[in-house]
Amino acid sequence: MSDLHLITVLVEDKPGVLARVATMFARRGFNIHSLAVGPSEEPALSRMTIVVDAPAVEQVTKQLQKLVNTLKVVELTAEEAIEREVMLIRINADPEQRSAVLDAAAVFKAKPVDVGAATITFEVVGEPRKLADFLELMRPYGVVSLVKSGRIALARDPKARNLRAIS
Amino acid sequence: MERIPISQALIKALEFEGVDVMFGHPGGAILPAYDPLYDSKIRHILARHEQGAGHMAEGYAQATGRVGVCIATSGPGATNLVTSLANAYMDSIPIVAITGQVPTGAIGNDAFQEAHTWGITMPTTKHNYLVTNPDEIPDVVHEAFHLAATGRPGPVLIDLPKDILNTEIVWHDPTGTVELPGYKPTTRGHPLQVNAAIDLIQDSERPVLYAGGGVIAAGAHEELLRFAEQANLPVVTTLMARGAFPDTHDLHLGMPGMHGFYSAITAMQQSDLLIAIGARFDDRVTGDPRHFAQGAKVIHVDIDPAEIGKIRKADVPIVGDAKTVLGQLNDRLDKALGDNPPRARAAWFETLNGWKQAHPISNYEQEPDGLLKPQFVIEELFKSTGGDAIVVAGVGQHQMWAAQLWKYIKPRTWINSGGAGTMGFAVPAAIGAKTGMPEETVWAVDGDGCFQMTMQEMICAATENIPIKVLIINNHNLGMVRQWQRLFYNERFSASELTDHTPDYVKLAEAMGCAGFRAESAQEVAPVLEKANAIDDRPVIVEARVDPDEMVFPMVPAGGSNDVVILSKDDLT
Repeated sequence: MSDLHLITVLVEDKPGVLARVATMFARRGFNIHSLAVGPSEEPALSRMTIVVDAPAVEQVTKQLQKLVNTLKVVELTAEEAIEREVMLIRINADPEQRSAVLDAAAVFKAKPVDVGAATITFEVVGEPRKLADFLELMRPYGVVSLVKSGRIALARDPKARNLRAIS
Repeated sequence: MERIPISQALIKALEFEGVDVMFGHPGGAILPAYDPLYDSKIRHILARHEQGAGHMAEGYAQATGRVGVCIATSGPGATNLVTSLANAYMDSIPIVAITGQVPTGAIGNDAFQEAHTWGITMPTTKHNYLVTNPDEIPDVVHEAFHLAATGRPGPVLIDLPKDILNTEIVWHDPTGTVELPGYKPTTRGHPLQVNAAIDLIQDSERPVLYAGGGVIAAGAHEELLRFAEQANLPVVTTLMARGAFPDTHDLHLGMPGMHGFYSAITAMQQSDLLIAIGARFDDRVTGDPRHFAQGAKVIHVDIDPAEIGKIRKADVPIVGDAKTVLGQLNDRLDKALGDNPPRARAAWFETLNGWKQAHPISNYEQEPDGLLKPQFVIEELFKSTGGDAIVVAGVGQHQMWAAQLWKYIKPRTWINSGGAGTMGFAVPAAIGAKTGMPEETVWAVDGDGCFQMTMQEMICAATENIPIKVLIINNHNLGMVRQWQRLFYNERFSASELTDHTPDYVKLAEAMGCAGFRAESAQEVAPVLEKANAIDDRPVIVEARVDPDEMVFPMVPAGGSNDVVILSKDDLT
């Protein structure tokens, strides 16, 4: 059974930082489940969201912290995190099952972004769980191809606990 | 304002850092840097192989405590450095490596002598740079030295494309303060944890102070001595910490680990409290970690937070510099003790002293007319120098005997490849050590297998006038490999035999510009060593032809429990 942990890492936006992180994971035998990286609120800093498959996550965060270009490493529990992921998924949709596929997709607010003679491609945005559920729902129709962005996450504002419902 | 090429700025930056010597080998891509070096006051020592240059920088760093510098060209020059970088990373040795690189426009095109040095060395350095902005060079060099020497020391590499080396800049002195927002090592231990540590020590019946290489790296040997005496704690010194605490001290139990002293191994196993200072619970110390010191609580002091809890959970983790934290522990202990003496722990010390007496580390018999025993040769070497030498070892049986049988009193008098186990380390590391400490006698204790890996550096020693001394423990075998094959592979000595009389080490010594001697019997050893010690105008090689069947004991087989210590051949049946 996998042992997934969600880590957000604030790093200097310098050439090779991604390679350093990936090399460290390889060197230490840690398994990356997903990794997303992009700009942060500071121009010189990038934020990585890494989902790591490791039993001893403390070693992972400590080794990440040790990299010279790493400023901050935080492990987030499901309760602490706002998580999002984007999926593009192409489904078999012959004319006779097209309306069924579109109806099911509407429930998930999956947006059709490309329609072909025999397929429909949806964009789905949401929590990883929602993407997984949508995938299960679509499987019987036949998944032609699929891509996920990898998770991105931010810690919830600790001062806004009562507003949790907004997400 | 005067503009100077980066190549010259590089040398200026190295001079600014106080570099007095660098070890290297030139080649195409790094040639621009060698030109200003010709006029510099920095001494360049021409290694015969870049691996040698790297190990020389390490030997220099370990003998002096200063940052060692090595330099090589692109491609194979850089890849030949990789072993020494990996070695420095494992043993936390501060070195800065400078490599040439093909011009920026050629990078990625499989240009002549191109290798992806930056990528190759990423997992074997503390940090590395590929310089693409010429104006950065003074600050990059300053940053590299800062990173190598501070926190947990380690190797840092600077890769310099040839076109960058030829670019001209206006020199500026490095800013002085290093701006590294992601690098702020914690040096001072958390006071509450320090208090908790002293409380645990005061409550402990059977403590062991487990000193690692971090004590030497931090220059914390005096604080360690005071702490051990003030708190009345028995001490073990790991392979990387030999000399951190005097071997002659009553509180010293010796070296722990696979070939450690029975007293040290067993004290840790029976302990109720391990106080680890700058040690990392290496598998060669712990054996099977699940069976290691199962009854012990752990206080773990380390500058690297990632070492704490990596192998063994710490009851009291303290992140900090060994010298600073030992100072804090001493202060807290003084307060806790007041005018009272420390706990006597009479029963524990009685047990420990019993083990020390029952199982002395020197445990062999030299028949006057029998085959020469390697242990005897090393003990004779110790006597011949009065212990007043820096000992540098390769890797294998000779290394273990040198670690066991020499009496180390001072830090930085024992230099070896501990974590990486790099065969061939001794000769170049001894050259580096002697370069940094020219007034000291430097004896490399090497094996014949190790010596043949890097012996060409004896030519470097002879031509650069670096009079090291090398004792080759020649059992014409890869001794430790042979030992394992004897114990675990039914005496099937696959590929572990070296030739009996080839090379002729005495002739080889002379061919390489060194003095050469040979001892084949017990009677010959002392006179030969006396002659070797008398020579100080050129390097010396002493070959001792020893019993190939001698094995290193005590021994805990790899992955075994430290409860089962094989003390001698008699335990094997």
